[in-house]
Amino acid sequence: MDTKKYVIRQISIFSENRPGRLAAIAQALGEEKVNILAFSIAEANGFGVVRALVDHPEKAHDKLQSMGFNIAFTDVIAVKMKDQPGGLYEVAKILGDSGINIEYSYAYSGKEGAVLILRVDQVDEAIKKIRNSGATLIERSVFH
Amino acid sequence: MMRWDPRIEEMPREDLKRMQYKLLKSLVYRLYSFSSFYHDRMKEQNVHPDDIRELPDVKKLPFMFKRDLRDNYPDKIFTAPRDELVRYHVSSGTTGKPTVVGYTQNDLDNWTISLARGLTSIGLGRGDVIQVSYGYGLFTGGLGMHYGAERIGATVLPTSVGNTERQIELMQDLGATAIACTPSYLLHIGEVAEKMGVSIKKDTKLRTGILGAEPWTEGMRNRMEDWLGIKAYDIYGTSELSGPMFTECSEQKGVHIWSDLALVEIIDPKTGEPLEAGERGELTITILQKEALPMIRYRIGDISVLEEDTCSCGRTHPRIQRIQGRVDDMLIIRGINVFPSQIEYALMAIPEVGQHFQIVVDRKGSLDDLLVRVELNKESFSDKINDLMLIRQNVEHRLRNSLNVNVDVELVEPGSLPRFEGKSKKVIDKRVL
Repeated sequence: MDTKKYVIRQISIFSENRPGRLAAIAQALGEEKVNILAFSIAEANGFGVVRALVDHPEKAHDKLQSMGFNIAFTDVIAVKMKDQPGGLYEVAKILGDSGINIEYSYAYSGKEGAVLILRVDQVDEAIKKIRNSGATLIERSVFH
Repeated sequence: MMRWDPRIEEMPREDLKRMQYKLLKSLVYRLYSFSSFYHDRMKEQNVHPDDIRELPDVKKLPFMFKRDLRDNYPDKIFTAPRDELVRYHVSSGTTGKPTVVGYTQNDLDNWTISLARGLTSIGLGRGDVIQVSYGYGLFTGGLGMHYGAERIGATVLPTSVGNTERQIELMQDLGATAIACTPSYLLHIGEVAEKMGVSIKKDTKLRTGILGAEPWTEGMRNRMEDWLGIKAYDIYGTSELSGPMFTECSEQKGVHIWSDLALVEIIDPKTGEPLEAGERGELTITILQKEALPMIRYRIGDISVLEEDTCSCGRTHPRIQRIQGRVDDMLIIRGINVFPSQIEYALMAIPEVGQHFQIVVDRKGSLDDLLVRVELNKESFSDKINDLMLIRQNVEHRLRNSLNVNVDVELVEPGSLPRFEGKSKKVIDKRVL
């Protein structure tokens, strides 16, 4: 199975936990006409990691890097959720049963329902299992 | 291996000590007889030149301090007539009133010769292009290095400090093979070069760094050598000694102090008692041949260790280890002495964080609180918070182990900590005592 087309490039940005950092990131992306499709912040004491799916990851990466931000690409996958009780359980169970660990995840409400973004420790394996289970993975081309 | 002056540089230690004794004796007689300042000082200490009968008797002589120069501003204790002076240098006075140092022609010659020996000992000479990126002017670094480099027949590129992009262009265009500057300025040059798309390692002929005027560490040396493709050598001196005066040799095992020019002691900063070779203490120097402004047992305030074994380069002159801090930079955190250089040293062994750091000392309740801010390296960034927390814990753990006090660490964005072109100010002490 060609798993590549389901691998999505998330940008991950190291940010100090102080006023104005997120604004600086958002303003820079706006100026570059980069659209943010999904987004989350994880924070620890004093610093955080901003994670985002954007329509032009390379452009976003280069711009933020030139501003001195510590930024990296991370491979994630996106699962289309059934809009009914138990939707999350199905996806989590498939991965859990296969011994695939979810490092973190976040969700956003897409045009056709909720989408779950997953950062897993075995990307290819996760894609195969989810595809085999009949759940819908969103292709990279939808994002960028 | 090249020597500038083989006879002096390889002279047996006993002969060197005999020479030092003679120089000290005549210096003390001269000052006792002709300078009221030194005369009064020796009287107060109840010591007469006749009491100096062997080299270790130097410990009978009174100390000199920076405040002696400040109190006698600008030239009250100079011991050469005004018309014998050929130059002044003035120290910046960051910690008080400025101090003025005067030089006779012989003083300048000795300074230059000292550097000529040092620069030769690291393999520089005719054919080298030495970029002098120490400040020219009242500060001793620029002019001192300038004349030392000219003396060995090298070509000097006198860029002074600042305008870093132009420095990098000139370094490339004129093929500089060596640079003399502060370690933090060389780091800055490396960073600016990268932003310009220039690799110091691949796109320049730079192979040697002569770095000093602020404390740095072995870890910084390794990192700069790797990153910039150079050999980095320590240089030592202060304006009171003349300026940057003594360097390491190609063995990089400490700075050789030429015994015919200077007598080094390491003393206990609290009691003033001399310590044995190999013990850590305050560097105290007597400049043996200075005419305009002699220095007897001058307490520089730098912390170091003296090594008296013959260096593997074959030179017999003693070496001082890398400066490990300043007596007055010492922070006391919950009763424990902490030198910023110890923090620097510990950080350099941790690849996940950068070269720059900032120390913030505060008092929370009745307890001192030590916070160290470090830049996370690009390669170590992870999108997983846990990985970053582990890096921070590791840094905290290592700092705690080397300092014996609790340390909080803050990871900050690369490039966000202040850079300094000159002496770094890395400590913010917010304690109101």
